[in-house]
Amino acid sequence: MRYHGSDRLTETTMCLAIPMKLIERDEFEGTVELEGIRRRISLMLLPEAEPGDHVLVHAGYAIGVVDEDQARETLEILETYSGAMREL
Amino acid sequence: MSGTDRFHDPAVVAGLLERIARAVDALGRPVTFMEVCGSHTHAIAAAGLRHRLPGGVRLISGPGCPVCVTPVGYLDRAWALAGQHGAVLATFGDLMRVPSSRGSLELAAARGAAVRIVYSPRDALRIAEENPGRPVVFLGIGFETTAPTIAAALEEAERKGISNFSVLPGNKVMPPPLAALAGAGDVAVDGFILPGHVSVVTGSGAFEFLPERFGLPGAVAGFTPADVLRAVEALIGMLAAGKPRIVNLYGRVVRPEGNRAALELMDRVFEPVDAVWRGLGPIPASGLGLAPAWAHRDASRLPVELPRPVEPPGCRCGEVLRGTLDPPECALFGRTCTPDNPVGACMVSSEGSCAAWYRHERWTMEGTA
Ligand code: SF4
Repeated sequence: MRYHGSDRLTETTMCLAIPMKLIERDEFEGTVELEGIRRRISLMLLPEAEPGDHVLVHAGYAIGVVDEDQARETLEILETYSGAMREL
Repeated sequence: MSGTDRFHDPAVVAGLLERIARAVDALGRPVTFMEVCGSHTHAIAAAGLRHRLPGGVRLISGPGCPVCVTPVGYLDRAWALAGQHGAVLATFGDLMRVPSSRGSLELAAARGAAVRIVYSPRDALRIAEENPGRPVVFLGIGFETTAPTIAAALEEAERKGISNFSVLPGNKVMPPPLAALAGAGDVAVDGFILPGHVSVVTGSGAFEFLPERFGLPGAVAGFTPADVLRAVEALIGMLAAGKPRIVNLYGRVVRPEGNRAALELMDRVFEPVDAVWRGLGPIPASGLGLAPAWAHRDASRLPVELPRPVEPPGCRCGEVLRGTLDPPECALFGRTCTPDNPVGACMVSSEGSCAAWYRHERWTMEGTA
């Protein structure tokens, strides 16, 4: 079974959203980065996002803006979370 | 100190637990709070919070796992589509092992059906673009966090003229089941721990009906153990003050009005429909069907032959999802039903209550058996 578009940042479950930094954007899409890994995401649900924003990414879409502190906290917690998930 | 240290710092958690113990003592009666988010289910189980909270505080899980509440009839339709019309099914991975009346999609794939696991509805759209001759059906499940991403993929398909992309609509919205549970006689809930990522889209305002109609408080929370405990503390505080409200403990990302662009997109693409929830049954206006303008991309209109829906015998997932049964009380839990060999939906998804209990809380069962 091939997992389309998967990397270690996206092997999470349905309720989760991951904060990533928006590097650049055009009309509908943007590039986000986390720990050197870049992904293309859609900005259709967050048209007001600006480069430099930390955005919550869910299923390939930015759904909200988070402040930087919260982004860091969420990410660190996610690390322990997704580690536990993978053991399941 | 880093965020992880702070949120998992035993001293922070212990301090919160102590404050909660004093607060519930002062309240003078036991309380039950329901959480409705797979990430909360997981956080509570992983940190063993259920057993570390004082005896007067009971945490139960409600219908917060999207895969778990998806009724067997939906999976039967997906199974039928997987064998017909030369269709490629694209789905979130969580759905693969959930049993339908005939078997899981994993089994369908093993028998040769074209089933692809995707991370995003956009990946499904790409498969459609690359295979113009074949219908690609995306299995649209999930709550308000996920529904707008599916709506966006549909609009993108339209914009790019990708005509072979469709969706089997199965998305659900959270307020109606909470109203059903708040008003149900068999579920005694004193307050709700509300889902952070759903609220990013809906806004915390979507839950104001809880205090207004039912006199129940709610706390929108993130998904760390400390977040959950802060929500518990806030809920007890509101009960003690006799002032139930909706409080937002998930920072600036959740706003009262939610994500307007996402909500408008959902309005354009979906319309409210009655939907069946495993455990809760049919609930009016709790599902998202495709609006009439999207009929040409609605895979539920494709003719298929459906079996009579059969739930796995012995599985009590429905009661687990109502919060009236703890997973170990199911006779199959940990015996014939494990995450490796799941009998029911609540053991399949890592967000399901049975899976979370199996992974983290089996020792409590061993201790009492
Ligand atoms: S343990 Fe398995 S069989 Fe029992 S309720 Fe949970 S999912 Fe169903």
